Amino acid sequence: MDKTLKKYFPLFLLPALAAFLIAFFIPFLLGLYLSFTEFTTVSNAQWVGLRNYVRAFSSNRDFLNALWFTVRFTVVSVITVNVLAFALALALTRDIRGTNLFRTIFFMPNLIGGIVLGYIWQLIINGVLMNFGVDITFSAKYGFWGLVILMNWQMIGYMMIIYIAGIQNIPGELIEAAAIDGASPFQTLYHVTIPMVASSTTICTFLTLTNSFKLFDQNLALTAGAPGRESAMLALDIYNTFYGRMGYEGVGQAKAVIFFLMVAVIAFAQLFLTRSKEVER
Amino acid sequence: MKRVLAAVLSAAIAVSFAGCSSSPSSSGQSSSQTSGQTSGADVSSSQGTSGKGEKVYYLNFKPEVAEIYNEIAKTYQEETGVEVTVVTAASGAYEQTLKSEIAKAEPPTIFQINGPKGYVSWKDYCADLRDTDLYQHLTDKALAITDGQGGVYGIPYVVEGYGIIYNDAIMQKYFAMDGAKASSVEEINNFETLKAVVEDMTAKKGELGIEGVFASTSLKPGEDWRWHTHLANLPLYYEFQANSIDLTGDATNTIQFQNSEHFKNIFDLYLNNSTTDPKLLGSRQVADSMAEFALGQCAMVQNGNWAWSQISQVEGNTVKEEDIHFLPIYTGMEGEENQGLSIGTENFLAINKNVSEEQQKASEDFLFWLYSSDKGKDYIVNRLGFIAPFDTFGEGESPADPLAREVLDWMGREGVQTIPWNFTIFPSQTFKDDFGAALLQYAQGSKSWEDVASSVVSRWQEESAVG
Repeated sequence: MDKTLKKYFPLFLLPALAAFLIAFFIPFLLGLYLSFTEFTTVSNAQWVGLRNYVRAFSSNRDFLNALWFTVRFTVVSVITVNVLAFALALALTRDIRGTNLFRTIFFMPNLIGGIVLGYIWQLIINGVLMNFGVDITFSAKYGFWGLVILMNWQMIGYMMIIYIAGIQNIPGELIEAAAIDGASPFQTLYHVTIPMVASSTTICTFLTLTNSFKLFDQNLALTAGAPGRESAMLALDIYNTFYGRMGYEGVGQAKAVIFFLMVAVIAFAQLFLTRSKEVER
Repeated sequence: MKRVLAAVLSAAIAVSFAGCSSSPSSSGQSSSQTSGQTSGADVSSSQGTSGKGEKVYYLNFKPEVAEIYNEIAKTYQEETGVEVTVVTAASGAYEQTLKSEIAKAEPPTIFQINGPKGYVSWKDYCADLRDTDLYQHLTDKALAITDGQGGVYGIPYVVEGYGIIYNDAIMQKYFAMDGAKASSVEEINNFETLKAVVEDMTAKKGELGIEGVFASTSLKPGEDWRWHTHLANLPLYYEFQANSIDLTGDATNTIQFQNSEHFKNIFDLYLNNSTTDPKLLGSRQVADSMAEFALGQCAMVQNGNWAWSQISQVEGNTVKEEDIHFLPIYTGMEGEENQGLSIGTENFLAINKNVSEEQQKASEDFLFWLYSSDKGKDYIVNRLGFIAPFDTFGEGESPADPLAREVLDWMGREGVQTIPWNFTIFPSQTFKDDFGAALLQYAQGSKSWEDVASSVVSRWQEESAVG
């Protein structure tokens, strides 16, 4: 049995490997190559070395501004999404009538696409701001908090499901033992529940972190960078660079490569840090 | 741990499905519609049609007439058996769509470039059209895009004009009032009169039954082309004229924006006499402005003759066809009494030289059919409403829609100075976007006009340098 498996395993691997190569690896290498070239379409590229990378930073401050905006947004939304999602999960793992209904409803925003959400929230936020005689394009602050609200609304339900799974996975004996030992509800929360859901926390922070960092649709639909480019995040800036002027496709590509490296480094660092806090079972 | 993992995985699948289904519908609405239509056409005439070599793929620039193009493709296939695929790029996303489509295995055979700047970036793909029938029939050969050595790479297919569209019913109501600042539209032939009339109309807007004289100045990013491109064309045209700038040379790499005050004149007039508070303009779209006009909430809106389809399709449209006319955009320049509409083109057909000979030929034939056969011309004139610059169109073969007729009328007037479309040499989309953003900040009161004007000058120079 083992022998046949060993014999045929390359064959079984082939479809997945082919899909991986075609859909991920080759485009990735092509993208990497294009970041060192000047091109209009992918088929007429000319090698220019590192010039695109220099231009990404030197031609204007858009990229750095977008980076700073993205970092601030990511920090705020990772904290708010996770705290609120965990609170909801705690509430919905108690015996409340209609728990399943609530869980479904909270999860639903996740099923709507980012562009649609962006336009819906733009209407809502503008409707509110209208009372103050302004709209969301008036200041980057409005765009920032609009994005945070939108991100929370969309992501909380999803993260809540993961936390619920984690909380339900805590052995009943542990909670019982804590109760017998006279732990207050807060002590139970801090010393039992939170450490026990650390694996959920790892996944949730990972997902919120990378999703916030890579946010594009919502940003495009909600503010499109207005006012000016002040509320443009990294992905939108890359898009604008790529399509905004002739001859800057390569610079956009270079920014995309830098972007990839940043997301990868941050995600690995986060995984490493939170993994170490997980409780082994 | 296992249960967590299972939950995550199932949730991830749900999300990825949701993602897959939502993203194409948001970006490619018109193209999916198109492919549905063409595949339908494919079935209906599949027997006895030609092989793969003769397929024509037309990448359409004008979303407002996408459906008419699909019909044209169907008709052409019924007549000749040649399959024509029409894909329409979303508004403002033509370059993006073209960039991705042209790199595919079956690239567009006919695409559009937007002028000399567009030619520079797409010259690796533009076939020489000097021997085509279509070019031979072009009325004014100077309109075509050439490389300066006899090669022809872009053929204009429509002439368009823009100005201030007004609703004559409201204007007549105003002129009949006591103390009106003018007694007929003919008297409005400079900025001073226009300003006096508009401001007086604003004061009497209650009696006129309008919410503002001008439709809202749409400054939402991507919807601001009426200002950073069309309106900006006027002061810059006068600047190029005054300094005798050669538009094909490097002299256009810098501008002084010396007529910025004139831009401000008219822009302020738009902002201050509008249906909408200037602070709320950042989320207004062109469609909003056109709807306001169509519903009779305002008397004037700056746009071009292509807007007729938008106006006439608004539900509850109260503007009568005979009441809709053009007024030139007066900015306070000296001698503007003789100024006409801004008439020109930014739509040039190009044929992809990297597709097979047969496909290039089939594309040429399709275009020539469209602009010379009776059926094709009927589509152009009566359905698309194009003013076509070809001598295949005889007397009386011009569009019937009121705005196109107005453009033709203004073109034919004696002693009127028509403003050409010089914005085809604006340095880049980034320049225009930044200009639009600056205008929005000016409208919101967070940027002074001096800053706007100086940023236009400096951004122009920077963007010209990188191009």
